[in-house]
Parts: sequence; C-alpha cells; structure tokens
Amino acid sequence: MDLSLSTRAVGDRTVVEVGGEIDVYTAPKLREQLVELVNDGKYHLVVDMEGVDFLDSTGLGVLVGGLKRVRAHEGSLRLVCNQERILKIFRITGLTKVFPIHTSVDDAVAATD
Amino acid sequence: MATVELRFSALPEHVRTARLVAAAVARRAGVDESVLDEVRLAVGEACSRAVGLHQRGGIGGAVRVALTDQEKRFLIEVEDEAGLDAVPAAGAAEGGEADEDTLGLAVITGLVEDLEVTNGASGGVIRMSWPVSVASVAV
Repeated sequence: MDLSLSTRAVGDRTVVEVGGEIDVYTAPKLREQLVELVNDGKYHLVVDMEGVDFLDSTGLGVLVGGLKRVRAHEGSLRLVCNQERILKIFRITGLTKVFPIHTSVDDAVAATD
Repeated sequence: MATVELRFSALPEHVRTARLVAAAVARRAGVDESVLDEVRLAVGEACSRAVGLHQRGGIGGAVRVALTDQEKRFLIEVEDEAGLDAVPAAGAAEGGEADEDTLGLAVITGLVEDLEVTNGASGGVIRMSWPVSVASVAV
C-alpha cells in the first residue's frame, strides 16, 4: 500500500490526513507536504494518523522535522492516533513526551496548551 | 542455510517487500501472531538502516536478509555492504543522518530483546531473534 495525503483547514488549523504506510520509501512525500504547508504559512498542524497502517523511524524523523519547522514560527504540530501499534513506536523512542497526541481530530483542533 | 534468503538492491522501494516476506516466513515458522508486528517493524528498520548506509556511502550493492527457522528461535540477519565510513558518528549534527540512524536503532533496541549489531570494514550485520511457539508450528 502506498501513502495517501489530504489536507483541509479547520479554523486556524490545518489537518493533514495520512493513510497507508509511512516508511523509508514514502516518508519523503510526507516531508514534502509538511514543508509545503509551512512555506505556505500554515504553522498549526494536526496530523491525523488514524488511517496509517505502518510507521517506522523514518516517518518519526519526518514528524520531528515538521515539529521543528512549525516551532520556528511559534506554531504547533499535534497528532491524532488511537492505534496501539503506532503509539508503541512513539513510546519506545520517548517521543510521546515531544508530541501532543490526541484521540480525535476535534480534540486536537480544540487544544490550545 | 537460511530457510528463506532475500537479496535486494539497496533502494527504499524494496524495504516493504522485505517486511512482507519476513513477516510471512516468521508466521509460518510459528512466531506468535502478537509478535509479528514487531518482527515486521524491526526488519523494516534494519533494512531501512542498511539502505541508508548504502546511500550515504554512495555505493550500490545489495542488502541481504536471511530468515532462519531454528528449532526454538526464529533468526533474522540483515546484512549490508556499506563500509565503516558510511556509519554516522554519534553526536553528529542535530537533525542530520546520525539522528535518523539513532532513531532507527532505538526502535530496534526497544523492540528486540535478542539483538546484535556489528559493523565491519566490508559491511555490517544486524542479528535478531524471536522465540518460536513449538505448539503452533504451521502445518
């Protein structure tokens, strides 16, 4: 399965819906998408990972890169994920402390802290 | 001799194939269903790292994945042909290659209890193994 990406604006947030597999082959597409959004002045991102079947460290690296980019503009990058096998990778690498992880897009969009 | 052996050109697009093959062979060997996600992820990480080393070293060559059904363990070896020069030094520039390499190894270390990583002049090997549930060996 390949990677699917779609974006939509919700208030002042931009929701990036990701589906499929994020790995060493597909991660560059996600990186391009995040870079493009930041270049367009979209600094408050919500990455919805509910449709992600597979995530590896390359994908984590891209998300960390995205976080660094939005933070350079005082922005935010929030994740939406309820899948245990994906959450486990964030826990193993200690990244649960770095990313705000929400259970729903509504929750992530409403979050302000 | 390995039960199944796979060699692929060190390119990102082939890593998914290696994951799928490894998971299928592991299932058949009797590795518990609950662990197959870990096997898939660990093999993917090891192969991604190998591909990265080849690309950073600017060399072609192949990545070899050997899947061996031992009696009580399922052994996976991922071997690259990149030399020591391609292995990023720890503490290299933040956000750079060392970070990606470190993150990949962190995932593997967190997932796999029985793990050995070696780097040699002619390439490195990641060896990892998982227990096989004897009662559930596929017919």
